Amino acid sequence: MSEKTHIDIEYTAKLARINLTDAEKEKLSGQLDSIIGYVEKLEELDTDGVEPTAHPHPVYNVWQEDEVKGELSTEEALKNAPAQRDNMIVVPKVVD
Amino acid sequence: MSEELYYKSASELSELLDKKELSAVDLMKATIARTKQVEEKVGAFNSYDEVDALAQADASDARRAAGNSLGPLDGIPVGIKDNLAVNGQPLTCSSKMLEKFVSPYDATCIEKLKSQGAVLWGRLNLDEYAMGSSTENSAFKTTSNPWNLDCIPGGSSGGSAAAAAAGQAVMTLGSDTGGSIRQPASHCGVVGLKPTYGRVSRYGLAAFASSLDQVGPLTRSVKDAALLLQAISGHDERDSTSYRTETQNFVAALEKLRGRKWTLGLPKEYFASAADTPAMKPVLEAIEFYKSLGCEVKEVSLPHTDYAVATYYIIATAEASSNLARYDGIRYTHRAEKFDAKDSVDIYCQSRAEGFGEEVKRRIILGTYVLSSGYYDAYYLKAQKVRTLIRQDFEKAFENVDALLTPTSPTPAFKKGEKSSDPLSMYLSDIYTISANLAGIPGMSLPCGYSDGLPVGLQILGKPFKEDELLAIANEFEAAHPFKDQHPSL
Repeated sequence: MSEKTHIDIEYTAKLARINLTDAEKEKLSGQLDSIIGYVEKLEELDTDGVEPTAHPHPVYNVWQEDEVKGELSTEEALKNAPAQRDNMIVVPKVVD
Repeated sequence: MSEELYYKSASELSELLDKKELSAVDLMKATIARTKQVEEKVGAFNSYDEVDALAQADASDARRAAGNSLGPLDGIPVGIKDNLAVNGQPLTCSSKMLEKFVSPYDATCIEKLKSQGAVLWGRLNLDEYAMGSSTENSAFKTTSNPWNLDCIPGGSSGGSAAAAAAGQAVMTLGSDTGGSIRQPASHCGVVGLKPTYGRVSRYGLAAFASSLDQVGPLTRSVKDAALLLQAISGHDERDSTSYRTETQNFVAALEKLRGRKWTLGLPKEYFASAADTPAMKPVLEAIEFYKSLGCEVKEVSLPHTDYAVATYYIIATAEASSNLARYDGIRYTHRAEKFDAKDSVDIYCQSRAEGFGEEVKRRIILGTYVLSSGYYDAYYLKAQKVRTLIRQDFEKAFENVDALLTPTSPTPAFKKGEKSSDPLSMYLSDIYTISANLAGIPGMSLPCGYSDGLPVGLQILGKPFKEDELLAIANEFEAAHPFKDQHPSL
């Protein structure tokens, strides 16, 4: 799997929605290559026929009644917004 | 405040409060004074609200005066890790991303503490978004180990462990995703308990890796750990992974299970790697103590131990990359002021670049990579399968033993800055704690001695939902070795 151990940092950072500086790209790229190289040791194990574990305890179909409970008011929900006006979150103009 | 008071346990203080020999307001005032006295050295708190805490204490006194005490926690100051939601208080996760965030609601464990009259005291420092093993990744400050201020307190609940050890709170809450309660508890010489996954609701805990995170207590005594665990456990319909099980009386279990001859397992893989380290000596002595009690101690094997850290860093970062996608600079987080707004994605990308610290970026990007097209099966699915093998190792070991004894951490607390530039070496410091989170089993760390003046922890791992047994096993040791009465000089 050695071809996998070089992370395409540009592409992955874009997927992760994080802008990185050139210095960060260089530093992270080296560190992540080393971590990915380390985690590749899992390949040593034969896991054919092993069921994956997504949760420590199996949980299936946890439902609750669809009823309104004491939820946040509009004011409370917007209190932490970086910018708000007229009960709406303001976002910068992105189209002309 | 006399040392006798600020290092007293919750159960002792509760008795004084009940007898009216102490008021909750006086206790809170003394806790505030102690906090201020040592905070410059320890740096455990991101923030605290004295007026609010004193008002809570005053309300507690009024309840007691009216004969309406809400139980043993009524009036007891409890410090809260700054990734748990307390209505009206900051919730920063020690991140610039949430620097100005004020929580509009209470986490379930906070609601429970309030309903039992506990005084919620302060917001305790952590590694940003609970990612780290030293509390050096906080965007705001580095907490110091109260036993040696040049050393780290452990992480990510470093603020919680340090505050409990320094007498700045009677007890504290932390969260544990890969050892974040047990490892700092070990380094700071306090008791830390990670409950079985699903025992404590995660509602209101800022999510890092949802299938691994669990809230739990850090206290100076085993009995206090039992008390606080009892207060916060129970099924919660707001958390779909919360387990439907009866809440046990963990405090009563301490007496009920006293003197039982336990069968204890020593995982050979844990001891092989650490046999010669100085920190092992107290652990080996603790094992001898259990033998002297008449407990049977036998070697067991957890053959996939060597794969746990790799499995963890795939699963935890994958879940983190998904959970932290919500921090987009739009609704409630830091928003970049200057960005090249070709489209809204630019706002997200620049806000996240400014808001997240280095370790968080590293983990989000690693998690994004292992989930990305072409790599999912090789990394994420593979890790989930290895997780099954790790769980099966424990199931098999627990067929023959009641609990496992291991070191909590390979070394005592290390010096600040020592591992900051090498993430992989930092990740390996959680090597003994991580498997419990992957398997979902409970684990605790108990002070068992010192190495070069720094505390060393004994880890006890148990069967799912057998916290009562872990506490009882720990209680036997503590009764004969009162490390709870030894404190750092500050």
